[in-house]
Amino acid sequence: MSAHQLDARRLLCPLPVIRTQNAINNLETGETLLVIATDPGVMHDIPAWCRIHGHVVLAAERVDNEFHLRIEVGQK
Amino acid sequence: MAMRFFAGHSIMRALLCPCRVFSMSLAAPAPTPRRKALALISGGLDSLLVVRVVQEQGIEVEGINFFTGFCVEGHTHAIRKQDQKKEKRNNALWCAEQLGIKLHIIDISEEYKDVVLNPKHGYGANLNPCLDCKIFMVSKAMAYVDRARDFAAAKGFDFIITGEVVGQRPKSQRKATMPIIARESGADDRLLRPLSARNLEPTLPEREGWVKRDQLHGFSGRSRQPQIELARKFGFTDWAQPAGGCCFLTDENYSRKLADLWSARGERRYELDDIMLLKVGRHIRPEPHYKLIVGREEGENNFLEGYRREFHHIRMISHNGPLILVDGTPDEKDLLQAARIAGRFSQGREADEIEVEIVQKGGMARQVKVVPLRTEEVPEAWYL
Repeated sequence: MSAHQLDARRLLCPLPVIRTQNAINNLETGETLLVIATDPGVMHDIPAWCRIHGHVVLAAERVDNEFHLRIEVGQK
Repeated sequence: MAMRFFAGHSIMRALLCPCRVFSMSLAAPAPTPRRKALALISGGLDSLLVVRVVQEQGIEVEGINFFTGFCVEGHTHAIRKQDQKKEKRNNALWCAEQLGIKLHIIDISEEYKDVVLNPKHGYGANLNPCLDCKIFMVSKAMAYVDRARDFAAAKGFDFIITGEVVGQRPKSQRKATMPIIARESGADDRLLRPLSARNLEPTLPEREGWVKRDQLHGFSGRSRQPQIELARKFGFTDWAQPAGGCCFLTDENYSRKLADLWSARGERRYELDDIMLLKVGRHIRPEPHYKLIVGREEGENNFLEGYRREFHHIRMISHNGPLILVDGTPDEKDLLQAARIAGRFSQGREADEIEVEIVQKGGMARQVKVVPLRTEEVPEAWYL
């Protein structure tokens, strides 16, 4: 499966969630998206958004001052 | 399915879908399609209740939430260190999760400028264009409904629901103004307010029997007690209670700073960065043509660091102190005065002299020594 990346650095929530939503709308089931953000709120909000839309957060980690979330697109 | 939204009227339905009539005459009645509503979700108690009320009637619901740029949630939590210690949650997402519904979050910040700058129905107590705002959001929800119908039959919605209550808000939620929202948004009688429906004329979902009017509510007025009792009945024990609503424009201090921004620029316009910065720090305007933005704590200083290349800024050298952005068109003398004001907010406020670095917007930096202003030398009138 192909991997995609979204740069959401310097955006404050809910903008990283909105950009993630818009990116995933253009992906197919099973594809993965790496979101890179600087607002710590993404560690709560993006997994919440994924849960209600049936996507899977494969990994969520802090890397220096950034937050990296890897998401697998669920059934659409 | 493409006609589903407009096929609510029974005669219209028969005309549009003769197969349905034919099949009914020959065989067992076809199962009634499950009706679907799109709910405007702000994230407060009314959002929780309004969805649950129609879910209880077998209606399938998805939510929609709009980002205007003036939302209270999120940004301030992300910026201020003291707020970072609090549990962070986006209340609209949290509501959606409690209700088991999908939530679509839409960025309308660019189009929303026209609502803020040119409200047809005027402002509320501050720069809050509540009636125009609600009309705009319902019309955007309608546009979403139309788009969903065009792109995917499975996403077709039959009507829109909101948590509005007659008499709850002095401008946008009055019996006289609620029909204006329905009319001017284009939603007309496909806009249902389940918490207050029995105070209003029956809407299409009620007339068609998609929802039972006698199972909707007739709440009115500013008391929240009926909502709290309904929440208890549904088993909700936690909900967001944003003071003064969820929009910065209802806040007197914020509105004053926005009005000052327009006055200083000589025109009513803003960019997203402008309205973000109004949420951060102390704003001090010693002269009409420039102001200082002073970080109040580490989180705000970190946030302001991200903007330093786009502003003149002042950094303390001899003492600890906040990063200070200088917005506007200060000349040489103004920047020295700004440095003295900066000293007032540093640990060198009692010193005879402080050393600061003044960096101009283009990046040219120089170090100067100035006498910090004493607290009493910074007039109250400078604080926005």
